Formats: sequence, C-alpha cells, structure tokens
Amino acid sequence: MTLTSPGQRMLMAGNNAIARGAYEAGVYFASGYPGTPSTEILEVISHYPEIRSQWAANEKVAFDEAMGVAMSGKRALCSMKYVGLNVAADSFMVFPFAGTVGGFVVISADDPGMYSSQNEQDNRYFARMAQVPMIEPSDPQEAKDYLKLAFELSELFSTPVLYRTSMRVSHSKGVVTLGERLEVKNDRSFVKDVPNWVVPIFAKSLRAKLDAKMARMSEFVESYPFNWIEEGQSKTAIITSGASYTYAKEIFPDATCLKLALTNPLPKQKIVDFCARHEQVYVIEELEPFLEEQIRAWGITNVIGKERLPRTGEYSPDVLAKAFLSEEPIKDFTNEFDLISRPPQLCPGCPHRGAYLALKKAGVLVTGDIGCYTLGALPPLGAMHTSFCMGASIGNAFGFELGGMDKVVAVIGDSTFIHGGIPPLIDVVYNGGNTTTVILDNRTTGMTGHQEHPATGMTLQGREAPRLDLVALIKAIGVEHVQVADPFKQKDMYQAVQDALQHEGPSVILTNRPCIFARGEKNRPKTPYVIQEDKCTQCGACQRVGCPAVLPGKQPRIDEVSCTGCSLCAQACKFDAIALKGVM
Amino acid sequence: MAVTNVLLCGVGGQGVLLASEVLALVAVEEKAEVKQTEVHGVAQRGGSVVSHLRFGEGVYSPTVRTGEADILVAFERLEAVRYGHYVKPGGLILINDVEIMPGQIGEYKPYPTGIMEFLRSKGFTVQTIPATAEAKALGNLRVGSLILLGVLSVYLDLSLRAWESVIRRRIPERLLDVNLKAFQVGVELGRSQAQAAVSGV
Ligand SMILES: Cc1ncc(C[n+]2csc(CCOP(=O)(O)OP(=O)(O)O)c2C)c(N)n1
Repeated sequence: MTLTSPGQRMLMAGNNAIARGAYEAGVYFASGYPGTPSTEILEVISHYPEIRSQWAANEKVAFDEAMGVAMSGKRALCSMKYVGLNVAADSFMVFPFAGTVGGFVVISADDPGMYSSQNEQDNRYFARMAQVPMIEPSDPQEAKDYLKLAFELSELFSTPVLYRTSMRVSHSKGVVTLGERLEVKNDRSFVKDVPNWVVPIFAKSLRAKLDAKMARMSEFVESYPFNWIEEGQSKTAIITSGASYTYAKEIFPDATCLKLALTNPLPKQKIVDFCARHEQVYVIEELEPFLEEQIRAWGITNVIGKERLPRTGEYSPDVLAKAFLSEEPIKDFTNEFDLISRPPQLCPGCPHRGAYLALKKAGVLVTGDIGCYTLGALPPLGAMHTSFCMGASIGNAFGFELGGMDKVVAVIGDSTFIHGGIPPLIDVVYNGGNTTTVILDNRTTGMTGHQEHPATGMTLQGREAPRLDLVALIKAIGVEHVQVADPFKQKDMYQAVQDALQHEGPSVILTNRPCIFARGEKNRPKTPYVIQEDKCTQCGACQRVGCPAVLPGKQPRIDEVSCTGCSLCAQACKFDAIALKGVM
Repeated sequence: MAVTNVLLCGVGGQGVLLASEVLALVAVEEKAEVKQTEVHGVAQRGGSVVSHLRFGEGVYSPTVRTGEADILVAFERLEAVRYGHYVKPGGLILINDVEIMPGQIGEYKPYPTGIMEFLRSKGFTVQTIPATAEAKALGNLRVGSLILLGVLSVYLDLSLRAWESVIRRRIPERLLDVNLKAFQVGVELGRSQAQAAVSGV
C-alpha cells in the first residue's frame, strides 16, 4: 500500500483522511465501535501497522481503553457514530475533571438529515457540557490536518478533545496532500497522584481546576490561527464552521467569512469585534443554533441564523440559497411522474427473514433493536413493533411484561447484544422475568458494512481471536431455556418460539445462519429456486415472504441471480410449485 | 465555465460507486480541485444510488445544486427521472438502456413507460446507451459501467491518457483488457452519438 508517501496528492474520503491524520499525528492507539458515518475511520486506521487499533464491544469500552492509553502517556483516539458518544458519555463527562497525559481525541460523526440513523442530534453540545475543546473540519484536507491540531490542543491543555465530523465531511472525497508521521517523543508518563486521578473523592477541587482551565482556553482561542477571517468584497458577513462553510462559499463567494475550526470554547472577543464591523452577520451552522445562541447571549443582535435556516436536515447550497436569496430549489419530478421508490429491504437469503416469519405466525409483540433486522418492521413481514436504540429491546420487553402485556419477545442482533444486551438480560434473570429474547446471530455487524465482533472470532485486522461463546455466556447469566434454531427451517423455528413462550422463566433463542455477506458466505455456491408455472396458482404466498428475489407481479418469478436458495419461499408455497433449479 | 458538475446514478450493485471513483481519480490527474460524494445508506442491494462529482476551480461544496449538473449518467432508466431535476436546463442525460424493477412493498406497480419522452419534454438532451447489450457482446456483464464512462469521456474535458492510466491503476490485472476494451467501445459509441446529434440525424 502507498500509505506513506509524504507530499503526494491523493483523492481521499474524509474518513480516510482522518485515519491518515491519525497516522501523521503519531497516534499510538485507536479504538471504536462501528456506526455510520464513522466506521471507515477505524477500518482504514487498521491498515497502519504503526497504530494499534481494535474494535471494542461498545463505545464506552472504546473510550475507556483509549483513555487508559492516553493516561499512560501515549496519543490515543476513539472513533464512533454520534449516538456512540451517548453511550460513552459517562466517561466523557468525567475525564476532563482529571485531564490527560498523552493526547486524547474522541471522534464523533454526526448525521444531519438522518441518512442512516435513528435520530438527529447535534453533538457540539457535548463539548460544552463536558467543558472540552472541539475541532470541526470542513473537508478531507482539513479532516487530516486538523486531527493533528486536536492532539496538540489536548496535550497543551491536558484535556480530552472532541473531534466533530458530519456525514458529508466523512463521506466526501477531495484532494489531500499527505504529510509525514510525527514521531512523538514520549517523555510523558503516568504519575500516581490520587487527588488528580481519583476523581469522585476530589471532584470539588477538580471542578474548580477545570473551570480555571476553561478560562485559560477561552483566552487562548482569541488568537487561535485556525479560526480565520477571509476578507471579501461584498457586504455580506458570515460566521460558519464544518460542512456549512463549503456551502456558504458556494452561495456567497465574495462574503467576508469568519471560519471557525475550534468551536469550543468560542473566541468571544473575536466574534464580538467581527459582528461590530458588519451591519449584519449570517450564522450558518447545520442543526442546532449552537453558535448563534452563544453569540446572542453576549448581547449581539445583528445576527441572522435560525429564523431563516432550518434546524433539521442536511444543509446544501440549495438550502442556503433558499434561506438567504429566496431561490427555490428545482423540485424533483415526483408530482409529474410515478417514481416508484426503492425501499430498503432485507437481502435475498437474509436469515432474519426466517425468524420474523416465525414470530409473525406466533402473533407476539416484538420489541426490536437496531440493525439490518429493524427492516423486519416493514411490510410484508411487519413483525417488529418497537425500535429505539442499541440494546433497548430486552429491557423494553421486560418492561412491557411488567406493564401487563403478554407474550413479548425481544429481538436483537449479535453485535447489538454484545454492545448493550448483556446487562438487561442479566436483569431479566435477576428480577424474575419471563421474557423471551431472540438473538439474530448472523455472525457479523451487518448494518454498518459487516465488521467483526467478539463472537465472530476475528479482530479488526481479520486475525483470529478467542471467540465469544454466546450460548455459554447466556447460560452463565442464568437463562436455563436456551435454544439454537435454524431460521431457514420454518417448522423448527416456529416450534422454538412456541417452546420459549411456553417456558416459565426467561428464555433465549439464537438463530444460526450467517449473513449472506459474512466471511466465507459470499463465494459459497448457491442453487436458486424456480417457480413451476404449471403448478403455481398465483396465490401470492411466496411474495408475502418479502424477498427481493421473488419478483412482484401477478405471476411471481424468482430472480435466479439474486436467489441464494434459502428455501423460505418454497416452504411458504402450499402447492409445491417452487423447487430447486434442476431438481424439478 | 469554472466548475464541471456530473451526477452518476443507478441501483446498488450496478457499479455506480466504482465508476464515480474512477471518474474522480481521472479528474484528480488533470484538475486542481475535485470533490465527490455519495450517500452510504443501509448495507443493502437494490437501493437507489447517486454520486456527485465536481471539478474545476473554486470547488467547495461536494454536492451539486439542483438544476446545475452538466451531465447526468443514469445506469438505470427509472433512476434518470429520480435525479433528472439536478440537470441544468438543456443539459445532457446519458441513460443506460436497462430496467431494474424496484422491489416493492405493498401495492404492485408496473415499471413505468415513457421515460425518454418525459425527460425530452423537459428540454433535456437524452441519449440512450446500450451499455448492457455491448457488455454482453464483450462477454462480461460487469463492464457496462466502463462503457458508460467511455461515453461520458467524450463530453468531458479530461484526456484519454488520464482515463487510461486510472483504469490501468484501478482495475485488477486479469480484468484489465476487457475493461479497456469496454471503455473504448464507449468512446466510439459516444463519438458517433455526439456526431449524430450535431448533424441533426
Ligand atoms: C450507539 C450506537 N452505536 C452504533 C450504531 C450503529 N449501528 C447500527 S446497527 C448496528 C449493529 C448491527 O449489527 P447486528 O446487531 O449484528 O445486526 P445486523 O445488522 O447484523 O442484523 C450498529 C453498530 C448505533 N445505531 N448506535
């Protein structure tokens, strides 16, 4: 790989550039948990042998590991989707009280517009809440370079730094000039100092120290060179940061622009002066009025922001043109043309389908979780009834049960179970619940692009690792009724659900078929099924299995290219009209 | 014009992302500023995919504004309509002559007809590219995207030398010959179509 050629101009996505930035910054350790739009950061870092990198069981673990490495004096980062920071928030709020020894950066990727997320959340507030500096890159070159700034700040002020990216910064490619790896001279090391590192006992004095540090940082940022002013010819003045900067430059190429790289703490005097120099200042920031509210709180009134710009959705040049120039974007042709959509669906041969068909037949209330399997909520399966965030399914199911609902089943993926499903399962056992949990063990983290996890027995680098034995774990938790079921054998799967529901006490079913994209599955030879039209009554039962390989239309047909031969449609056919190709 | 805007769209699995990467790499060879972006959705096949590419001078936003794409390359016919509003008035739409029936949830709708007529009625210049048929003739269905790139190359200010060097770098050795051939087929198709358009045939 040509990973180490300084001076080279390369096309790089923001996430790849962040990974390169980690390499150039001399980072020693990186951990994380997959989540769009952050996943590639760690995947690319894994190609740099100079950095020890690993997938963690969840974001809090990733944070705590990186924190330990940083306390030991080395540069460390952890990387996660924005909701991951909710999971890691406990550590994130306390670590600043002590500060760090080696540089520590937590990378959090926001998803304005919720392209692949369960909610919309502006993680810039986390930096204010935790009282840590925050850096926001706006394009791939900055994504690489600013990571180094983040580590410098971290070490200068002995503080964790929040590195906030967003989907468009992470997933846009641009030209990046590479630099050299900085060999960080390691004269930093952990020194036992109970009043600093045992935070709970000394929280009061540490809080005062943190406030004093914040005051020093506020002074420092006034002259921070990466919060720069681009002087323009027009009267328009703008304050902006991150991806919004790139849109603002398209719509107002001649404006005077205060571009912020470091957005917490804000350079108050610089902004006050900037606003005083201009009649009117546009504050252009995606999502919440994070900058605007602080600026207004200083008594500045000549700013325009959210009264024109939306607080939700992704920005674009079109959004800005509409807000400030009253230019309507061109409408798509939906109203004039029947644009059939292409909704996300479980893939042909997805084992989750078999589990949902059985659950649907059982007629139970299903509390769901986050993963590919969330698609089981959509018709024609329609067999999942709640879904919120990772790990919620089991506690929710137990809660429904306590609230008086009968026959509640939690459905959770293997990666999600390891991430957040273990404590609630312990709780079900401990508090005498009856909950049935179905773990859809497809041996990969499907939704985020098929990452390894402890139960796949492979590391981030694809090296063999001790494989977490889920059945043994669940038994050790105290669940006595544990079944492993084949979701492609409908009778067995349904029977397993019935057995579990009839059992007094907690029960768990693990499905045992891998994702069609799991390691070793992609190239497995497959024989497709075909529909024998002379036997077919066009009843539509095969189409109600909800497989994209069973094509829509009055006379159903099977797409032989995408059919994997899972046989679920054949099992749904009452007329024996579906058979393996060549076996008719 | 300082910036060229190109949109590539199609259905997941058709090679839209590989094609847009090749295009972006070619642009990097010859232009100062290049940005490219796409939405990485749920890991799934069969979804609608769109990739934005901008190159030239003063490229800030990676996304193209509606009504400002110089060229839209649709790897699938229906997708041309889904992103048609991004194309500038009178702009060019290259459409791969292929239909992929959307997976449907609920009431069944047949594949729409009249797509070319509809887009032409909007004032766009629409060219149909028989990329899938040509790929079949070359004996490899997967090279359709290189044929489309070959056609696209005729309309862009990027040298054939740059295209070839990127294809050589990006495509695995054992598939290189057929891909280079496919690209060439596309270039010739594009040239004769562009010629025909000019002479009003
Ligand atoms: C806190 C948090 N971290 C990460 C994600 C991103 N994410 C969505 S689904 C998922 C895991 C999916 O894997 P699995 O549970 O094995 O189910 P599969 O998709 O394979 O069916 C992840 C990591 C998230 N939504 N929330």
